[in-house]
Amino acid sequence: MKQEKLETRASRLYKKRSTMEMAWRQLRRNKGAIIGLVLLVIIIGAALIAPLLFDYSTDVIGMNVRQRMKWPSLEHICGTDELGRDIFTRIVYGARYSLAVGVVAVAIALVVGIALGAAAGYIGGLFENVVMRICDIFSSIPSVLMAIAVVSALGKSTLNLMLAVGIASTAPFVRVARAAVLVVRGEEYVEAARAIGQPDWKIILVHILPNCISQIIVQATLRVGSAIISAAQLSFLGLGVPAPAPEWGSMLASGRLYIRDYSYMTLFPGIAIMITVLSLNLLGDGLRDALDPKLKR
Amino acid sequence: MQGAGSCALHLLFDGANMYKYIIKRLLMLIPVLLGVAFVIFAIMNVAEGDPVYQVAGPDATEEQLEALREEMGLNGSLIQRYFRYIGNLLKGDLGTSYISKMDVMKLYFQRLPNTLKLASLAMLVAVLISVPLGIIAAVNQNSWKDTLAMILALIGLSMPNFWLGLLLMLLFALKLGWFPSGGSEGFISVVLPAVTVGVGLAALLTRTTRSSMLDVLRQDYLRTARAKGVTERKVIYYHALRNALIPIITIFGVQFSNVLGGSVLAETVFAWPGVGRLVVDAIDQRDIPTVTGALIMTTMLVTVVNLIVDIVYAYVDPRIKAQYTK
Amino acid sequence: MAEEHDILNIEDLKVRFETEDGTVYAVNGVNLRLGYHKTLGLVGETGAGKTTTALAMLRLVPDPPGVVECKRLEIDGQDVRGMSITKLEQVRGKDISMIFQDPMTALNPVFTVGQQIAESIEIHEHLGKAEALEKAGDMLEMVGIPRARANEYPHQFSGGMKQRVVIAIALACNPKLLIADEPTTALDVTIQAQVLELMNELKEKYDTSMIMITHDLGIVAEVCDEVAVMYAGRIVEQGSLEEVFGKTMHPYTEGLFNSLPNIKNRTAKLKPIHGLMPDPTKLPEGCPFAPRCNYATEDCRKAVPELHRASGTHMVACSAYERDKNFMIDRRKR
Repeated sequence: MKQEKLETRASRLYKKRSTMEMAWRQLRRNKGAIIGLVLLVIIIGAALIAPLLFDYSTDVIGMNVRQRMKWPSLEHICGTDELGRDIFTRIVYGARYSLAVGVVAVAIALVVGIALGAAAGYIGGLFENVVMRICDIFSSIPSVLMAIAVVSALGKSTLNLMLAVGIASTAPFVRVARAAVLVVRGEEYVEAARAIGQPDWKIILVHILPNCISQIIVQATLRVGSAIISAAQLSFLGLGVPAPAPEWGSMLASGRLYIRDYSYMTLFPGIAIMITVLSLNLLGDGLRDALDPKLKR
Repeated sequence: MQGAGSCALHLLFDGANMYKYIIKRLLMLIPVLLGVAFVIFAIMNVAEGDPVYQVAGPDATEEQLEALREEMGLNGSLIQRYFRYIGNLLKGDLGTSYISKMDVMKLYFQRLPNTLKLASLAMLVAVLISVPLGIIAAVNQNSWKDTLAMILALIGLSMPNFWLGLLLMLLFALKLGWFPSGGSEGFISVVLPAVTVGVGLAALLTRTTRSSMLDVLRQDYLRTARAKGVTERKVIYYHALRNALIPIITIFGVQFSNVLGGSVLAETVFAWPGVGRLVVDAIDQRDIPTVTGALIMTTMLVTVVNLIVDIVYAYVDPRIKAQYTK
Repeated sequence: MAEEHDILNIEDLKVRFETEDGTVYAVNGVNLRLGYHKTLGLVGETGAGKTTTALAMLRLVPDPPGVVECKRLEIDGQDVRGMSITKLEQVRGKDISMIFQDPMTALNPVFTVGQQIAESIEIHEHLGKAEALEKAGDMLEMVGIPRARANEYPHQFSGGMKQRVVIAIALACNPKLLIADEPTTALDVTIQAQVLELMNELKEKYDTSMIMITHDLGIVAEVCDEVAVMYAGRIVEQGSLEEVFGKTMHPYTEGLFNSLPNIKNRTAKLKPIHGLMPDPTKLPEGCPFAPRCNYATEDCRKAVPELHRASGTHMVACSAYERDKNFMIDRRKR
């Protein structure tokens, strides 16, 4: 009996490792995904070491009137802004904000969404109905407007921005988790786990969720990208990270005021957003192809 | 179900079920809309600061404030106020703007045509770009055309649309002067905002069209069509596309909500006087009745559009239509 | 016409599929001739290359990944191999048409069955929409479906009814050559008999030449004049129905017969051919059937046997007959 159990566990472990290995092998063959991964590592690396390279109070937010509005040159490769701050420095430092907002917002959406979705699928009945209708409600409010409403209600701060974007992107995770639970709820190994008296939360966590982990990874990767765009949008509208922090969206908002004569100010922060989101999309698409061969075209 | 007359009878039967279905869907909308209204109402009412102070000014007495509160419908608990709000909403009353003192419903319908103009043109732009591009990509799978289309779509998806709007403004309005950089002087002013919103949607729809087409291109019935002597062109644009359109229409409906979201940004960039600008300005001015009303109305619009898309869907796919008769 | 020609003449047809996981050699040098008004049974296991051969006749092998090569491909005296696409589209559905294996997926779900039959008539007989639909109604009645159902969609039909619609599409323009690719495999047994009877009837009525692709020897005996047995993309035995059924020569054909239930002795056990068809991405060097053959010798594994005339129209590709003129397969060997 015990021997058998050990064997099944071993074979399951083996299976898990081999699917991961296969996914990695698939991913490595996908040029786009590798480009995305490399770009992402560079961006994350830059965000991590930014405080070592630049001093926040002098380089990032410190004014330097004599250097204002300088077009890109060797000294300032992305030029300087209206307060004489080096735009490249601010972009590198701004990666910290964008990535943090994107990751935290998605983490909020992920945890809340999976908990609700898994519970809805597992419990079923009225609870499921209520949760799914609430999901419908949230998905019929345009997510930008939803986030705008949340930020305007809670007040402008980085944390509220994360919350707003997180709330606005929760519904898809609820759906993914619920669908995954519904697929395996009736499977015999779930029945078996229930029969030997495992608590529900443990069944969900150990037996059910691992089945949808690949979908969740893919969703999460792609969602971080859209969360970064949402955050930039809110900052652009003046509802995100408050000045003078070098958030990419708010840099674009101030660049917009000088677009006629100093177009470079609008150019570079946008490129930064695009490359970051692009790398996440490339990686997410690659992951989807690697983890879900059925979807591969 | 045989004989010559059965066909008309059959259609009629289908029709009656269609109405039943539509009515059922409309009834199902009610709890969703009440929920939407509640969520928005609740969010907007935890906003910091009592609007009464803002309206009354710093010198108002406590009695004046209380009277004002009553007048503005701000007395009572959140639930009480919510039901009062819904009651008024059913009468077509969304309250009065704190700032302009105008009827919010009137304000909303003043702006709505502009947003609808922008949104429909954006969707048209998106379809005109994405459907041909997606088909070309699918038909030439793995060729350079496919790769190029997919790279373009990926870039489109990764670009924040307001930044694209700024770039378009820079190039076509400020440098080339082909279009105005903002405002609302006739059709020409809506072109750049519509392209701004449309490109993002086009990127997504190109991917949907491609994968949907690839799915259909594998189907046996296309082989049947080719074996009949149908030209390759007609196989793709008639036999395959009719089937591929089904998932595209779904995405289209789902994306309407994002188009309205995207137009908020485009309206800000190009100073286009639509609903999005109304909301953003109202938030700046802490004009809560306007924000609440506009959000609720917009969500209702999204929901109704989704319903319409579902019905269109049934007409495109006879299999779905058949389900209503069950 | 200066030269006598047949309805179908194929020489050295080869089809391979170049995929990421290797090249699949589906058809490896098939020669086929078929006279007018004759019916040929193309027999073999799943994966023998029967359908691919048929698709190649209509130039419908998907490319990529398919690569088709042949020395000659003529239908009704016309060279299909070098034909322009426009001309090809005129030939498809008019001179040669095909009934596909699975009626469940062969019809377009978003068009009515009437539209789908009429389309072929519109293309080839240059009729207007209304006239073509009218004629489509005639076709439906001919395959035993009430005319009124022309306005219904495929999902409203049962499997057997769908196959009748597919047959109506294929016969709509009175083709000279009809290819039926396992037209009954997807259907219930009782429906199978009806559909076969219908096809036999229509074939007689229109004097159509036909290729019946099947793995069911019973159907072959019922419908065909000639038989070609395919294995691993090659024809291994070919001849008239009497020759192949009466004087079976190839061990594989024998195996197919032995796999049939014996009506005279219902308690007899089936004798299946052991083993599986070779992997078409790596075919064995010699005779592809050698690994499963009870008569195979070392020589069999060295070279692929050519198709040789045995007697009359009877051809067989088996090296046992080349080594020993008097070789006979022993029907009771297993």
